Amino acid sequence: MSATTSPMPQSSVPGRAKDRATSEALGRRRARADAIVRVLCTIATILGLFFLASILLTLVIRGAGGISLSVFTNVTRPPGSHGGLLNPIIGSLIQVFLATLVGTPIGMLVGTYLAEYAGESRFGQVVRFVSDVLLSAPSILIGLFVYQILVLPFGGFSGWAGIVALAIIVIPVVVRTTEDMLRLLPNTLREAVIGLGAPKWKMIVLVCWRAAVSGIITGVLLAVARVAGETAPLLFTSLGNLNWSLNLSQPMSSLPITIYSYAGSPYEDWITLAWTGALIITLGVLGLNIAARSVLRARR
Amino acid sequence: MNQNNGMESAAMSAEPLNQAQAAAANQKAAELAQIAQQAHPQQAGSGSFGGMAVRSSAVMNPARIAVKDLNFYYGANKALKGITLDFPDRQVTGMIGPSGCGKSTLLRVLNRMYSLYPGQRAEGQVMLDGQNIVDDGMDLNALRAKVGMVFQKPTPFPMTIHENIAFGIRLHEKLSRAEMEERIEWALTRSALWGEVKDRLHSSAMGLSGGQQQRLCIARTIAVRPEVILFDEPTSALDPISTLKIEELIDELKRDFTIAIVTHNMQQAARCADQVAFFYLGELVEVAPAAELFTAPRQKRTQEYITGRFG
Repeated sequence: MSATTSPMPQSSVPGRAKDRATSEALGRRRARADAIVRVLCTIATILGLFFLASILLTLVIRGAGGISLSVFTNVTRPPGSHGGLLNPIIGSLIQVFLATLVGTPIGMLVGTYLAEYAGESRFGQVVRFVSDVLLSAPSILIGLFVYQILVLPFGGFSGWAGIVALAIIVIPVVVRTTEDMLRLLPNTLREAVIGLGAPKWKMIVLVCWRAAVSGIITGVLLAVARVAGETAPLLFTSLGNLNWSLNLSQPMSSLPITIYSYAGSPYEDWITLAWTGALIITLGVLGLNIAARSVLRARR
Repeated sequence: MNQNNGMESAAMSAEPLNQAQAAAANQKAAELAQIAQQAHPQQAGSGSFGGMAVRSSAVMNPARIAVKDLNFYYGANKALKGITLDFPDRQVTGMIGPSGCGKSTLLRVLNRMYSLYPGQRAEGQVMLDGQNIVDDGMDLNALRAKVGMVFQKPTPFPMTIHENIAFGIRLHEKLSRAEMEERIEWALTRSALWGEVKDRLHSSAMGLSGGQQQRLCIARTIAVRPEVILFDEPTSALDPISTLKIEELIDELKRDFTIAIVTHNMQQAARCADQVAFFYLGELVEVAPAAELFTAPRQKRTQEYITGRFG
């Protein structure tokens, strides 16, 4: 053995020996680049947070003053007669809730189809593309679309039309998050379920959905937050209603529409109500998020 | 007879061996192989491998699964080339070989896992209970109830320990509550986990340690009462203590189940397997009782692999 091996050379690395000065210079350059990137990132973060905080602060300062019991107990009234926001609040709750109820299962099923069945097939890619386009479509277009297919043919603005418009906005958000969350699951998990002799639908419903549930719920909450503040699609569909009405076949009041019309009015008390309404939407979405997170954490 | 066989196979192997060497394009490997060949004969028939006693018996039971002329394709890429191999009933077949040599692929044929993926197909014969399982008409769910699988990484489902095991049972059987509890306790006991989890059956399985999760997966698999269990590198993600437990478990489970195990760890194959099959580049190079394969391999490539010359 020893006869065949040649004596080991001092260093087997080809080329010149390492130059200490060069490597130190390179190290200093890296440190400088690191400092620059860090400063830029910090500035961008501060800038973003500044605007966010200033929006929230303005909202609280201008809106909190208007919050009183009468906001929640009185319906909208003419200026100067102590009107509240009861009908917009209830109208928004109904429309957002029903739109989520309609849009979530459809979005989940489409997202599941994309992640578990379609894969990279042609049809799957088309569906994915269309869903992404819908996700970024201007919401006023969706309002106009529903106006054409539900408002004009059925003779008037209605709560139902508003619900459909909002549901159409919910669907692509839920599609995307459902697909993303399912794709994050390792394939071995799927194989483990299939390996026990389970049919594919049981694998999806009993294991994959369960494993992805927190992500899917986050997606649904994002969708709720988005539609809760949508104004444009409702302008053409549920229109808004200054009177108390729970009839979904009639025009229905909602917070964003009320904010939209009150904020542009010349009346001081209406403008205050608009700020209060905006604060209520924000706090509502925030509260929903916190509640869902704590529920999910408790389950784990 | 033996000598004849040896000479025959040596002659047959001469060409692929040259190819392998050419592929490696490494002259040193050829030198080393020569040295190894000279050094080898004194080892033959010593009955131990690396100082370890080999547990296996030299006598193989009748085949539970008989693979004959099996070819497997990932799209256009042929991953298994004419495999013929018997899996003896209630014994452990270890499958070794370098990465990408087709051993996991063969395992995934045995429960038709490959059918999940379009573009993967098998042709040939894999007989289990008188049926060719690679036939199109095979009932896959029934097959997978008969041929269970344990994976490289533990795969607990996102539910409680109890539900994890009940899940598989409910797929195939309708049990009363008492029967279900009895079966779950049996499965957890057989997989050496009962003592550790009996007080927290209704807490999440995700809270178990890696080794416990893997034993839970074994419990989940045997709860369905399969005939065959496939292990795909079941300990490669585990620490040495957990590995030891799983190996003891496999040894214990072979009383009731036919077992196939893929492993990168040759000591593990020597410890667990009765029969060992060595795969290389999609071919089955050699299959023999473990003691024989590790102490007196007939093929030069087997010898090179088990002595760590390549792979």
